Formats: sequence, C-alpha cells, structure tokens
Amino acid sequence: MKRVYVNEAWCLACHLCEYNCAFANSGLSDMVLALKGKPIFPRIHVEGDEKISYAVSCRHCEDPICVKSCIAGALSRNDGVIRIDRDKCVGCFTCVLVCPYGALAPNEKGVMQKCELCLENACGEPACVKGCPNRAIVYEERGEAV
Amino acid sequence: MKRYVVVGNGVAAVGCIEGIRNADADGEITVLSEEKHEVYCRPLISYYLEGKTDLSRMRYRGEDFYEKMRCQVLYGRKAVRILKDTREAELDDGSRVPYTELCLATGSTPFVPPFAGLDSVKKQYSFMTLDDALALEQGVNPQSRVLIVGAGLIGLKCAEGLAGRVASIAVCDLADRVLSSILDTECAAMMQKHLEAHGIRFYLNDSAARFEENTAVMNSGAVVPFDVLVLAVGVRANTSLLKELGGEVNRGIVVDERMKTSVESIYAVGDCTEGFDASTGQKRVLAILPNAYMQGYTAGVNMAGGDAVFDKAIPMNSIGFFGLHAMTAGSYEGELYEEKTEKSLKRLFTKDGLLKGFILIGCDERAGIYTSMIREKTPLSSVRFDLLKKAATTTAFPAEIRRKKFGGVV
Repeated sequence: MKRVYVNEAWCLACHLCEYNCAFANSGLSDMVLALKGKPIFPRIHVEGDEKISYAVSCRHCEDPICVKSCIAGALSRNDGVIRIDRDKCVGCFTCVLVCPYGALAPNEKGVMQKCELCLENACGEPACVKGCPNRAIVYEERGEAV
Repeated sequence: MKRYVVVGNGVAAVGCIEGIRNADADGEITVLSEEKHEVYCRPLISYYLEGKTDLSRMRYRGEDFYEKMRCQVLYGRKAVRILKDTREAELDDGSRVPYTELCLATGSTPFVPPFAGLDSVKKQYSFMTLDDALALEQGVNPQSRVLIVGAGLIGLKCAEGLAGRVASIAVCDLADRVLSSILDTECAAMMQKHLEAHGIRFYLNDSAARFEENTAVMNSGAVVPFDVLVLAVGVRANTSLLKELGGEVNRGIVVDERMKTSVESIYAVGDCTEGFDASTGQKRVLAILPNAYMQGYTAGVNMAGGDAVFDKAIPMNSIGFFGLHAMTAGSYEGELYEEKTEKSLKRLFTKDGLLKGFILIGCDERAGIYTSMIREKTPLSSVRFDLLKKAATTTAFPAEIRRKKFGGVV
C-alpha cells in the first residue's frame, strides 16, 4: 500500500507539513481562519537536530502495537491503514506509551489523533506531501515488509 | 477440523480468537462468557462512570465481531471443570463442550480481606466488571459519601469516575502512598497532591479495622462515615481450572513463551497467567491490557498449528487522573536520571548499559520511544542518550536505523 516516506537529505525543517496537516484536518476551507493565532495539533511533526531534520508520522505498521494495546478498541487496521475512532477513544494515552515512533498525540481536547493519510478528511491525499516545497515527503508504494 | 474452546470473553480471549482465525479459517470456536455482555474492556468502566464513554462505544470490537470470526458464544455459562482425558470442558449447567485445543482466559477476581463487620455494610461494591460499575452507578447519588478501600489503579480510577457524581470521596490504603505498585514515594506524592486538589481525601498507612454499618473505624483510630463502600484491595488470578488438573500454578497459571500451560493442549492468557517479565527476567503476573491481547493472539496462532512467540512482555502503565497523566514502564533499578518542574517529573533508570525503566508524570510526549528501548533492550551505547534524557526523540537513533524506520515498511 502507499505510505508517507521522508527523505532526511531534502527536509528543510520549514514545518509547513505540520501547518498543512493541521489545516487539512481542521474541517475549514480558509487556512487563516483555521490556524492563525491558535496552537496547532498536527499529526506529523518535524524532528531533528542542527544537522538533520525529517518529518515523523504514523508508519502504518504491519504489526501495530498501538492497535493491540488500545484499551478502548478505538484503533484498528483496515486495508493496511491504522485508523482511530475518536468517538471511542477515552484519552488513556496507552498508544502514546507504546508507539515506538511517537506518532500519536492528543488534540486540544485530550482525544488522541494520528495520521490517517488524509483518507478521512476532504484533502484526499496526504496534505503534508502535497504541500512539501522540497519533496522531502512522498506518498508512494515501497512494497511490504517480508 | 479443530474444535477450540476459549474460557473467558475479555480482551485476551479476543486476541486468542483473532490469532486462531489468522491461522485457521475453518475450526469451530466456542467462547464461554460468564458475563452476559459482548466483549468490552474492563478498564473502561471508570470512564463509563465519568461519562467519557457509554455502553455502545465500550464495545471492544464491531457488532458483527463474533459472527465474522464464526464463534459460538455461550453467555452466562461458566466452565466448572476440565476433563483432560476426554478433552471436554464441563459447564455449570452440566453440559460438556469437547475441545482439541483449549485456552484459559479466565482473568482475575477481586480479593476481599476479612474485615470485621463488613457484613453490616449495606452498600458495598467491587469495581472490576461492567455489572459492578452499573450497580455502583445505581448505588450512588449526589449526596453520597464514598469510601474506597485501596489506592491502587482500580481504586483511584473508580474515585475519578465517581468524582462528579457524589458528595465526597475518601480513599484508604495500607501502603504509605498512592499507586504503590507503579510509583515511587516522590512520584506518588505528586499524584496524591493532584488528586487531593480534586477533592479526594486519603487515609494512607491505614485501613479499616472494622465496619459498623455506615462507619469505618480505622487502624489509626480515625472514624470515617460513609454511605457507599468500594472494595478495591487487589485481585487474584483465576487459576482453579488448571490447578485442579494438577497443572503448574504459582500466583498465576504458569505459561511459556508460546502461552502453553503444563497441561497438554491447554493454553492460558491474560490476567490469569504468570509469564515472563522481559525487563527483569523474572516470572510474574503482568495483568495489563496490552499483554493480555498479545498473549491471547500468540496462543491463538499456536493453537491453530502456527508458531508464535511472545517474549517481550514488560510492565507498563498509562494512567491519568483529572488531566494529569502518569506513564511507567520496566523496573526502577540502577542509575537515576531526573528532571523536575512544578508540574512534571521525569525519572529514567539505566543499568548495564540499558534503559531499564521510567516514570513520567505530566511529560508523556512520545514516551513510546523510551518504552520500545526497554522492550527491545536497545544498548545505550548505540544511541545519543544525552538527547533522549531531554526528550524522547528518534533523532537519538543512528541515521541508518532511522532511515530504515522512516524510509521503509515496518
């Protein structure tokens, strides 16, 4: 299946992916209205140091420990995509405790959220990829792990 | 065709069912569910009282789960005995269910110490099952004064769940601190202060010497009046079905890394078991939800003829009260690295070149990176621990490993 991949060498640490993610998931059509003057809660985040940077989002693991650990049955794997039912999430943070990539974080209400590849919003394709000015984030097929 | 019997209908049982179906589409699966509910997660019952979930959203799997997995569920039925020679489970109505492979996912039962005068208390509850929570919900009103015996995970989550529904809540425990199974003294004090700020009163180092109807007379001499009593002292693994067969049982049913018990064709998973703690190398009961599922899944695959191993169980907990989260994992041994602020406390424990455990209160961002280092026994010499001390980040890992993680399929 197609996943989001990053290329460290190309990432400029501009954090645009974080803004594009927050906007795509805001449900609003105006970026200024959606983001200006507000703390943002993106589902992708830029990590790195002074030398290297890269964006981290859900890896959609083949053997997802977050799904196995979720106490509410809110996380599931459908057609390879790890989805979250935010109505079922009770905000226990167990997924944060187990995800080896740090790919889950709460929204402003304490409900967990994660990258769902923009399949559940109006964007239709990952907004982080679409908006990356240096093509450091791509959305493509790289085969399944053996 | 194989006939599988799963004794229990909790999360470990679901793991087992899904593990079986991953390897065997045809075998017959019978689930014995003592509770008359579809599978739900026990830890959700406090969130139910709190109003953060409801009966429909508490469903752990979809409405068509059993149908999709082609399971026959016998609700309200309990296995009373296993006949290993004829390979049958005998139920409480005298009927027998034959099996080729059987899995015990029997969980645990609240343990009630012999308190003097406990019989005189009219409104007393346990806090383990959904029925317990529904009964407690009926038993309280906005005027209720609640006394909870036990300041562990169950007792305190119950306190949080009830906080908006009752007049007052007092919690007592023989231990000198709250959450004594997962927090050290200083971390427990921080959490206690936070709970007290939300109106919970504590009697620690203390317990009820006797009950006189609506009054608890404490060991310390304190007198605590109450209307509703919740007993959350502890739990005991339900091991009797295997014990009666002469199977190996300590504090839980002893299982190997394939979840096999010492009795042929019988597996055990979840809170009823004693498994291997990878963080200490010791056998112990690790009654936590993620392990229950993973043990269950492992057993299921093996029961269906596959080969699965689960040897990465570690103690870990994520538990929050009134917005303050505590995350813990592994064991608290070795050298301590600490960071403290007014509102947060981070403790990392290292030994033999490995991260062995942590306690994080109010600073849980990306904590799973630490947890994975404990689980995978990542040598500290291979990472930039100076970075990791400050914050959990994948930047601390070697570039090669990082590129594999973020550039490939994991």
